[in-house]
Amino acid sequence: MSKPTVVVAMSGGVDSSVAAALLVEQGYNVIGIMMRLWAEVGCGVGSTNKCCTPEAVEDARMVADVLGIPFYLLNVERPFKQHVVDYFIEGYVRGITPNPCLECNRHIRLGVLYRHARALGADYLATGHYARVRRLPNGTYQLLRAVDRHKDQSYVLHMVTQEHLAHLLFPVGEYTKAEVREMARERGLPTASRNESQDLCFVHDGDYRRFLRQWANGAIRPGPIMRRDGTVLGEHQGLPFYTIGQRKGLGIAYKEPLYVLELDAENNAVIVGTRDELGITEAWVERVHWIAGVPPAGSLRVAVKIRYRAQEVPATLIPQDGDRVLIQFDRPMRDVTPGQGAVFYDGDVCLGGGIFVRSPRWVQASA
Amino acid sequence: MIYMDHAATTPVDERVLEVMLPYFREQYGNPSSIHTLGREAAKAIRWARRVVADVLNCAPQEVIFTSGATESNNLALRGIALARRAEGHGNHIVVSAVEHKAVLETVRDLHNRYGFDVTVVPVDATGSVHVEDVAAAIRDDTVLVSVMYANNEVGTVQPIADVGALCRERGIPFHTDAVQAANYFPLDVEALQVDALALSGHKFYGPKGTGICYIRSGIPLWPQITGGSQEQKRRAGTENVPGIVGVAKALELAQEGREAESSRVRLLRDRLIEEVLARVPDVYLTGHPVERLPNHASFVIRGLEIQGVLMGLDLAGIAASSGSACTSAAQAPSHVLVAMGVSPEDAVGHLRLTLGRDTQVEDVEHTVAVLSDVVARLRGAV
Repeated sequence: MSKPTVVVAMSGGVDSSVAAALLVEQGYNVIGIMMRLWAEVGCGVGSTNKCCTPEAVEDARMVADVLGIPFYLLNVERPFKQHVVDYFIEGYVRGITPNPCLECNRHIRLGVLYRHARALGADYLATGHYARVRRLPNGTYQLLRAVDRHKDQSYVLHMVTQEHLAHLLFPVGEYTKAEVREMARERGLPTASRNESQDLCFVHDGDYRRFLRQWANGAIRPGPIMRRDGTVLGEHQGLPFYTIGQRKGLGIAYKEPLYVLELDAENNAVIVGTRDELGITEAWVERVHWIAGVPPAGSLRVAVKIRYRAQEVPATLIPQDGDRVLIQFDRPMRDVTPGQGAVFYDGDVCLGGGIFVRSPRWVQASA
Repeated sequence: MIYMDHAATTPVDERVLEVMLPYFREQYGNPSSIHTLGREAAKAIRWARRVVADVLNCAPQEVIFTSGATESNNLALRGIALARRAEGHGNHIVVSAVEHKAVLETVRDLHNRYGFDVTVVPVDATGSVHVEDVAAAIRDDTVLVSVMYANNEVGTVQPIADVGALCRERGIPFHTDAVQAANYFPLDVEALQVDALALSGHKFYGPKGTGICYIRSGIPLWPQITGGSQEQKRRAGTENVPGIVGVAKALELAQEGREAESSRVRLLRDRLIEEVLARVPDVYLTGHPVERLPNHASFVIRGLEIQGVLMGLDLAGIAASSGSACTSAAQAPSHVLVAMGVSPEDAVGHLRLTLGRDTQVEDVEHTVAVLSDVVARLRGAV
């Protein structure tokens, strides 16, 4: 039987480089692919996308040379622009705070790249993510948190399907970051991280406000800052420039500190309120995906991560019709942000997740 | 491995390598030196220049050895345009829309930094330049016309003898980038009425880093690399003796075998085109159906970005390429395909298969089988 073939998504950074090296050592037939993502400026050489700078491409090529594996660039600029960049822009215009990395994984890494890998004859797609896959005796798969809890990236992978999991490998998920760095050093591979903190890889100067002003075609307009009762307290510069829970920089004088409660895109209004009004116990999530392939039969107790770097919190999930879920938090939450991912865990097992939405059924915290 | 990328480069012919080898370790003299070793090197270059002149049907002193066609094109375009302007002939250059970047970017630079006016002559849907359009572009102050012999991306052969006759009649120097033509078409500068011509050694089984620039005697030329008095003071720098010997030998061999190899490879290429069109759905030929390089097949495979296809072919041991020079197809589709009116959506699906001396009928069969399989799998994936 011939060796299984695996495509490794390479970034030129430590994690994907070690992932590729481990797979070569385990006897896989390894192919390296780096994705050429959309950038504001630059065509190929000179691209300003931080996930595929010329230096990163060069690093990835060097790793492929060292490992003796074929290496290709896959141009995904068009789907990346459509599914990630445009979603990001439209989301902000709609008053949500999108997480483009989730859409990149959903549509690009687990979409275009995964399909290309399989079409090219690969049995597996491997990435440098910190996460693990477990195959149960009944033949189904689970997505598990990484051994290194601090580096765990299962949050950004919550949209994986059973089909994906049967063909995905996360070689570094079994190790701590320190161990991965050590393995890179031993093998003479790059030891720097590439993907972390590159959240807005397509914003070349890191200034998302400037980016939105330039690319949102005038959809960002000043509007009222108001209380829930409609009392106007001032003017905002555009919804994208405010985040839920924000206190500073509102430019309004009031007898007590005011916080951003909601971004109301319909009325182009920033809704503010006092500390007491901040915080909710219920939140709606849409586009919910269950990794097991089927939704749970009834409500269930889980730990929820409300954003990538957040500590998970206990909550009850009440599945609704379609792909909606109502989350009841045990304690009021102050920074639930529409557009961010809600990811559900049972211990180390990632059950799935969805995207927070604004909803008329937001319930004000009673605390 | 099946190599279907001969338009990109070719392997050095063994007979070429053979004649080059003595000039690395034994006859390593500097051709400018007075001693025996130097004279031996100078003699080799004289031989090479004679060989090239015979092929081009020109005088040996009209042949300049360079580092490649990019340098040859730069020397001819800059050298002639600047010299002719200095003589008061004008400030205007005519080029075709489908030139190689070595020509287009050089002319762009002559426009941006030197203030030349440039007229770009369009092509039709087959990538062909029409001589009437060149005639219409020529002005009283035109100092140079440049139209390539055959296109690298789509294979279309241009009517350069007609353009040559037109330019001769108007008294304007005519330059042609003949890089892709050297294996398959005559390079007689008298018959073609060409005044400047660029060649690249590695495209005809010679060494990389070697080129030839023909400049008709009497055409004014400003050197672009200054220094010593090598190459009749037109291209300074110690001569690349093994490279010069190699490029000359390679050109001699290519032209000797030209007709036989053209017929042989054309049959294979026709079979390749026929089978690809028959077995791969939703695909069409790009470039001229008849007036094309005999080793050149190029297609648009609709609905796919070609990179996936190229990867699949490579993983199956087939080396192929695409016309898009820029890897960022989404932002910059090939200027050649755009000039031909191919839509940007189609342009990203451009595939180029170029045959060569080593290509056999089994290679063609296998390539078609793998291509149709890879395309089917990728179409299922997107």
